[in-house]
Amino acid sequence: MSTATAAATHDDHEHVHYTTTGLDNRKIAVWAFIGSECMLFASLISTYLIYKGRSRVGPFPHETWTSPTGEVFKPILNIPVTSASTFVLLMSSLFMVMALAAVENRGKPGYGGLKGNSKFWLATTALAGTVFLGFQAFEFTSFVHEGLKITTNLFGSSFFTLTGFHGAHVTVGVLWLLTLLAIDMKRGLTPKDTLVVDICALYWHFVDVVWIAIFTLIYLIQ
Amino acid sequence: MTTYASSAPEQTGIWSWITTVDHKRIGTMYLFTALFFFLFGGLEAGLMRVQLARPNQAIISAEMYNQLFTMHGTTMVFLAIMPLSAAFFNYLIPLQIGARDVAFPRLNAFSYWVYLLGAVFITFPIFFHIAPNGGWFGYAPLTTNQFSPGANIDFWVMGLQILGISSLAAAFNFITTIINMRAPGMTLMRMPMFTWMSFIVQFLLILAFPAITIALVFLLFDRFFGTAFYDIAKGADPLLWQHLFWVFGHPEVYILILPAFGLVSEILPTFSKKPLFGYNVMVYSGIMIGFLGFGVWAHHMFAVGMGAVADTLFSMATMLIGIPTGVKIFNWIATLWGGQIRFVTAMKFAIGLVGLFTIGGISGVMHSSPPADLQQTDTYFVVAHFHYVLFGGSMMGIFGGIYFYFPKMFGRYMDEALGTWHFWLTFIAMNLTFFPMHFSGLLGMPRRIYTYDAGQGWEKFNLASSLGTLLLIIATAIFVINFFKSRKGGLPAPQDAWGAATLEWSIPSPPPEYNFARIPIVTSRSPLWDLKHPEMSSGAAHADADPVQVASANAVPLREETEHHTAAELGIPMPLNTVKPLLTALGIVIMFSGLMFIHLDHFALAMAVSLSGAALLIGSLYAWLFSPLE
Amino acid sequence: MSDHASHAGHEVHEHPDWKQYKWVALILFAITIVEVWAYYIPAFVASSAFVPILLVMSAVKFSIVVAYYMHLKYDNRLFIALFVGPLFIAMFTITALLLLFGKL
Repeated sequence: MSTATAAATHDDHEHVHYTTTGLDNRKIAVWAFIGSECMLFASLISTYLIYKGRSRVGPFPHETWTSPTGEVFKPILNIPVTSASTFVLLMSSLFMVMALAAVENRGKPGYGGLKGNSKFWLATTALAGTVFLGFQAFEFTSFVHEGLKITTNLFGSSFFTLTGFHGAHVTVGVLWLLTLLAIDMKRGLTPKDTLVVDICALYWHFVDVVWIAIFTLIYLIQ
Repeated sequence: MTTYASSAPEQTGIWSWITTVDHKRIGTMYLFTALFFFLFGGLEAGLMRVQLARPNQAIISAEMYNQLFTMHGTTMVFLAIMPLSAAFFNYLIPLQIGARDVAFPRLNAFSYWVYLLGAVFITFPIFFHIAPNGGWFGYAPLTTNQFSPGANIDFWVMGLQILGISSLAAAFNFITTIINMRAPGMTLMRMPMFTWMSFIVQFLLILAFPAITIALVFLLFDRFFGTAFYDIAKGADPLLWQHLFWVFGHPEVYILILPAFGLVSEILPTFSKKPLFGYNVMVYSGIMIGFLGFGVWAHHMFAVGMGAVADTLFSMATMLIGIPTGVKIFNWIATLWGGQIRFVTAMKFAIGLVGLFTIGGISGVMHSSPPADLQQTDTYFVVAHFHYVLFGGSMMGIFGGIYFYFPKMFGRYMDEALGTWHFWLTFIAMNLTFFPMHFSGLLGMPRRIYTYDAGQGWEKFNLASSLGTLLLIIATAIFVINFFKSRKGGLPAPQDAWGAATLEWSIPSPPPEYNFARIPIVTSRSPLWDLKHPEMSSGAAHADADPVQVASANAVPLREETEHHTAAELGIPMPLNTVKPLLTALGIVIMFSGLMFIHLDHFALAMAVSLSGAALLIGSLYAWLFSPLE
Repeated sequence: MSDHASHAGHEVHEHPDWKQYKWVALILFAITIVEVWAYYIPAFVASSAFVPILLVMSAVKFSIVVAYYMHLKYDNRLFIALFVGPLFIAMFTITALLLLFGKL
């Protein structure tokens, strides 16, 4: 949220303020924020699991459903597609650490070429995030075509809300990455900007680990 | 004793308040706004008591009564007590830990503006008789479209969502401030008890608010987009809301009380001339209360039939919380024991808290037993219980805090004679109002009924409660008169107005904008007492002081600031005033308000308003992030 | 929570290196393959070991991302407290809610 970005993106006023722990305020705030987000997703995931198997009508995630009119709805979750999008998001975390390393070690030996190209890594991370969102858009629209809307049943409501919340977090992350990319293009990120990239990275990886939990709990466990 | 003559604020005028990022000014704005809503919520209660004074009255309609009790609860919890605590967080935490401001001054301003705008959003519908009417805990499915058509509940859902943003943003800010802005030598176990309790409260906030945020999102989606979360016809569980709400709601109780505990823990030692008894145990019991607070929520739901195992576990966990709370009570009493007690108004309120909170605590332990709770739940007995802890506890502590810190904030003492009247009238009126509710409750009078028949034995108790409320309003009026009179004409206060022990009293009253001309170095829990009575300072407290830091302070760990300079003269960089946090807050509120038009079937208008709110939010957020702080 | 005033002023920043990053990515990839593969073995899905094993695999992925990519393993202990404390309360809440609703 705004906490982290607050003072993050401008550093032309680099006063070295005294801090008790020697750590940067922004990093403490972003970890506190991540702690809070744990409870946010805990509430969403709990609701999904509580309502699992309680929908009165289909479509269902893992089971076939025959409607009273005789229409047959296959299990709606598309594991191959979601596995692919999961893979993309996991790899985005690799790109993110590469971006951070490139900014942190700019100019150091061994960080020339592609490895030191923070713009490339920031762009690929944002791209991977966008591809993930594309997969999600595809998944949502195909679900709607197959008869599952957010209003259809408890599964639809809790599924779309949970994954939609995650998608919204990814969207914020992509915007954040693009902002960093724009700064990098404009004036170049230097090792002094490590912290600014680091807090964005922490947020991004957190969104990734939330997806790791969602993928197992919602998609794989039946 | 010197210096009343201290820092006249360097900027004046309304614009300087709108754009301020100074934690003291923001704290002052919180104080005034929250006191206004405290009065407002009190008047709502007054109307209800008029209606209930005698059986079968029809002064207020049933519908209006629903709106009044809903808004009374919502106002007191979210618009009065929490922000009153926030006023003290803002004003005191940086001063107590020896910092020049909070970690994120602009975020702090943002929190206040979101609070103010959210408070207006949730309050103004009552003037049009469309205020929220589903009770302060807004149980779904009662609050779904099916049972609550109309915009009433929409204001509540979105208002609370907005207020949650304010509390969360402030909590991240104060966590960072307390962890990272402490003066050298101010170790965690040297922090003043108010800062400690506030620290715990911030963690409760960041962990409790997400649960209600999600519960409200579900309700919002159900109401606006037809989802099934609380739709029983679609298989929803009627207990989902209750669980999510109380996962938030029980920590919220400690969010309301712990700051008052902290204030009292500052007041009692000062006026007993003794250090707080059992400091460490006070800290640990505070942490214990906060931690256990997350494992007891379902004791609010014994009546729904969760089964013997769940009832037993939650009942035991609830009884367990009585232990750290009891420890605090005994420690306060032990602090008073053998002290040189000065019975000023602040002290009266502090001792009032110790007594009255204990009564509320004991009836709380009574509820922790499911069989007893089944008799008491949803009766006036419960109303009596939580008014003893919230009025007798939180508000007594906050009043004490206001009398105690008024000299620091405004450079003048509040009037003691009026204060004494205020205290005794409040004390008598409070008991006259709430004690009879124990009886009417045990006689079976349910909460939230707008009238009742004669002949059930409830009349005299209700009359007593209503008379008590009248007296409370008079007492509060005395407080308001005292507050405004003393601000202009109270006795001038020196910087160490009461002979207290902590850092905030080492700087002028009111403090200059930069707080500390030189960041103090702290070597004990009672820095100011050490300074004034070096012969009495205990060696033990110094034993773990970092020798390097003490040496660097040239063996003068703390001095009293008696001269006043401007920040520029001292070369202290101050954060720039900015209006961007306010614009960002405005964007958020407009974005939410836009949704209201969906129910009026103006979908295009709704989108237009919401999107322009979002544009304002994003635009001013970026402008904020890309402009320098200092 | 401990107080870090003693070694103030210098943040320990020993990030894991490039090689570790690649290994972590590889492990994440491998576990995900195993997870999805397990999903397609009906006999295994029907067994009582399926859910615990999947949860363990997921927890491993979760932990290595937090430990290495979020460099919590190499960072100040304060951050561990800020993350693990809330995570513990969140997991307690999920478990308690599932028990209350008869899902466990």
